[in-house]
Amino acid sequence: MAAMNARLRWRKFVSGFMLTMTGVCALVAVAVLFFILGYLVYHGGTSINWNFFTKLPAPVGETGGGMANAIVGSAKLLLLASIIGVPIGVLGAIYLAEFSTGAIAFVVRYSADLLNGVPSIVIGIFAYTLVVLPFKHFSTLAGGIALGVMMIPITLRSTEDFMRAVPNTLREGAMALGASKWKTIATVIVPAAYRGILTAVLLAFARVAGETAPLLFTAFGNRYWSPGWNQPIESLPHMVYIYAISPYEDWQRQAWAAGLVLLGLILIVNILARTILARGVSVPRS
Amino acid sequence: MAATTTTVHSAGPVAGSRSFLDRLRDGDEIARLITFVFAAATVLITVLLVFELWRGSVLPRHKFGFDFFFTRVWDPNSGDFGALPFIYGTLVTAAVSLIIAVPLGIGAAIFLAELAPARVSDTLQFFIDLLAAVPSVIYGVLGVFIVIPMMRQYIQPALKSSLGFLPFFSGPAYGIGFLTAGLVLAIMVIPYIISVSREVLLSVPRDQREAALALGSTRWESTWKVVVPFARTGIMGSIFLALARALGETMAVTMVIGNTPTISTSLFSPGYSIAAVIANEFTEATGDLYLQSLIELGLVLFLLTFILNGLARILIVATSQRSGGAH
Amino acid sequence: MLKKLSALLVVALAAAIAVHSQGNLLINGAGATFPYPIYSKWFDEYHKVHGNIQINYQSVGSGAGIKQVTEGTVDFGASDGPMNDEQMKAYQDKHGSAILHFPTVLGADVPTYNIPGVSAALNFTPEALAGIFLGRVTKWNDPLIASANKGVNLPANDIVVVHRSDGSGTTYIWTDYLSKVSEDWKNKAGKGTSINWPVGLGGKGNEGVTGLIKQTPNSMGYVELIYAAQNKIPYGAVKNQSGAFVKAELASVSAAAAGAAKTMPDDFRVSITDAPGKAAYPISSFTWLLIPEKFSDAAKRDTMKDFIKWAITDGQGAVEALSYAKLPKEVVAKELKAISKIQ
Repeated sequence: MAAMNARLRWRKFVSGFMLTMTGVCALVAVAVLFFILGYLVYHGGTSINWNFFTKLPAPVGETGGGMANAIVGSAKLLLLASIIGVPIGVLGAIYLAEFSTGAIAFVVRYSADLLNGVPSIVIGIFAYTLVVLPFKHFSTLAGGIALGVMMIPITLRSTEDFMRAVPNTLREGAMALGASKWKTIATVIVPAAYRGILTAVLLAFARVAGETAPLLFTAFGNRYWSPGWNQPIESLPHMVYIYAISPYEDWQRQAWAAGLVLLGLILIVNILARTILARGVSVPRS
Repeated sequence: MAATTTTVHSAGPVAGSRSFLDRLRDGDEIARLITFVFAAATVLITVLLVFELWRGSVLPRHKFGFDFFFTRVWDPNSGDFGALPFIYGTLVTAAVSLIIAVPLGIGAAIFLAELAPARVSDTLQFFIDLLAAVPSVIYGVLGVFIVIPMMRQYIQPALKSSLGFLPFFSGPAYGIGFLTAGLVLAIMVIPYIISVSREVLLSVPRDQREAALALGSTRWESTWKVVVPFARTGIMGSIFLALARALGETMAVTMVIGNTPTISTSLFSPGYSIAAVIANEFTEATGDLYLQSLIELGLVLFLLTFILNGLARILIVATSQRSGGAH
Repeated sequence: MLKKLSALLVVALAAAIAVHSQGNLLINGAGATFPYPIYSKWFDEYHKVHGNIQINYQSVGSGAGIKQVTEGTVDFGASDGPMNDEQMKAYQDKHGSAILHFPTVLGADVPTYNIPGVSAALNFTPEALAGIFLGRVTKWNDPLIASANKGVNLPANDIVVVHRSDGSGTTYIWTDYLSKVSEDWKNKAGKGTSINWPVGLGGKGNEGVTGLIKQTPNSMGYVELIYAAQNKIPYGAVKNQSGAFVKAELASVSAAAAGAAKTMPDDFRVSITDAPGKAAYPISSFTWLLIPEKFSDAAKRDTMKDFIKWAITDGQGAVEALSYAKLPKEVVAKELKAISKIQ
């Protein structure tokens, strides 16, 4: 009896200790983030003003410039990227989780993992060869395609994982009620995996929102406004890239400001997506 | 009735007399077809990419053959190119980043999914997702101005004095190198692990936990021995995402790794990775052999990813067979 | 949800169309990072005067600039090192006409260092520089360095060499100079935008090298004059052909160019490293705009001709404030004549 008590006390100690350690892990992750945010605010906060959001970039030494074209540019590029990446990722994942057999699923999954590991600059070179060279000019379209291709694997793999996590009882229940497969997917499984799918999409979105390398030779960059989809276009991460590596302190401050604004916009997109598009799905929590 | 329907179906579509079941099946067929097209698109894009890399690396493949994998020299002026230092650097930095990020990430995910109150968990998750959106350039610059001095002044000397007998922590320490790059990568990949693992853990049915607790397990035991294994596939998926990101990251790595093609067991040594050298030299590469050698490096990375993914999958299958599998 | 998404789509498209501006002429250029600050200023000034003309220049690197203008994805290029014969031929073969070089401003590479306790400006001989970057001179108190710096207390520490990891015009200028002054360097490492460095760590970009040097005691590297000046890091003087130790300044850089102006070839492709002249700084260089000889678009052609004329005359007034040196008058005169070649 005493031995059992001792063992119990040890297990309880381990439990308390390990759970505290997980708290430490979470604290470390969050601390890093707040440190980065703090650094950006400290170094770039002073450059965020009304001009930043409304004016075009000014040359070095002149005040009053902004990154309005980069903000709109990022929005356009990300819109295009999502149009390409989300359908392929989500619908492809539905195929993997619900319709496919072992061999095909294996090939698709493997391809997605391979694609995920390709350096962003190689994806940029790929898009350059396919879209820029034939038309002999840089464009928003090329940039959007590069980013869209990068979104696919993250969306696909994570969505598939979340769909597989939906218990089979739900599927069986729906089929028992006479629903066809696609109806089951659309009305039962996808809603059950909804939060996960949203997580996957937002994660992919955040990833490509901060990428510069694939845009260097596709979207190219543009000091001015870019009408339509066929001209070079500016983006926030690209501005960060140019300004952060310059020798001028004023530009460097603007780089941090741009990073801050980018994060702010991603945060807004995250919050909007999760609240507007959220559904009251009963996910069991302990 | 079933017999009649089957006969009608196998005879092909009959105009005007399609039963309810047939339309049902057609609906499913269309859904299957549409989703298949999108899934196939993924494979197509990957194949196209590999094809472009293959086509674009004709010269060095013919000139060097398999020697490309084992040559240590990278000399644009003399036309001698080899991939070994870059392969080494890519693998080492990815390994270091996962060794740091996986325990931290899974630990944090467990905390957020199991222990933290819902509002706290959701709020913190928003912020952790933001880490995934920080531009790589900013990670790179922070790496240069914060991580490198920290490594040089505190962490590397501490490691040297305590674990200096190990080959990993020997040699001169300038603050840059494999360890620094691995650390920066770890910070970059942690949000993927936390975000996806947390979601998967949250989706584990409540009854699993309750059953374990009812049988007398402690909170930790029910989490570690029941919930986490149940979510294992998803967690492994998140590690795949992290690995992929670590292998392909360009900007941040090149700013802190030292960009020297060396092979050294010491983690303090400067090194180089495939993605970094492509990013550094591609735009300026003159001459076809040089350019195509860089493209061949891209192909080599593809091969590396292929092999690593394969090994990881074998590992998963092996462990799930051993423990009986959760799904 | 579908409704909301489609509404969003419509709004986005509307916004995209809304910013469409009529009648604007967009000219794209790509190339060197070194002149980016002055180019961005020039193009902005030009846009202020000619409101409907937008010249969009992106600093993707000299080599990339050469490549893109050869591919035809941009209207003009820019490079810190002149195109070699092979590249000129490639352009000719692809377009059926030539590509022209127009020098715009002058810059310089400086040797910078971080030696704890030493704040003086060191003197470097060509032999010392070559020796350091070849890995032969390994300590700061080596006689090759000490003999030129009597009175400075140099420590017996190992030199940590820092070079560029990415291909760049800055590297081209530095290695071009070393190749001229050291037969050993020429054979062992050679010149180029990207070489196999015998020793040293690689930093990405001028700022990467600057950052590494700032962080690493006993380090030394090479950066463009602007970076050293703006970041206020110590940099040394270099011994020129006449035997004088000259520090990189606007005057000494212009002096290097003035010497070269007399022997300037018609296509302006000249290296002015190790230039003759007592006041010349030996690691100076022009930077060039790469302009196609034939333009298919008349509006673009006229704009570029007008711009070049403006940049090498009126535009020169703005360069010194940004730490660039002006073009010598003789070179400007020659260029003005050459503009008529553009058709």
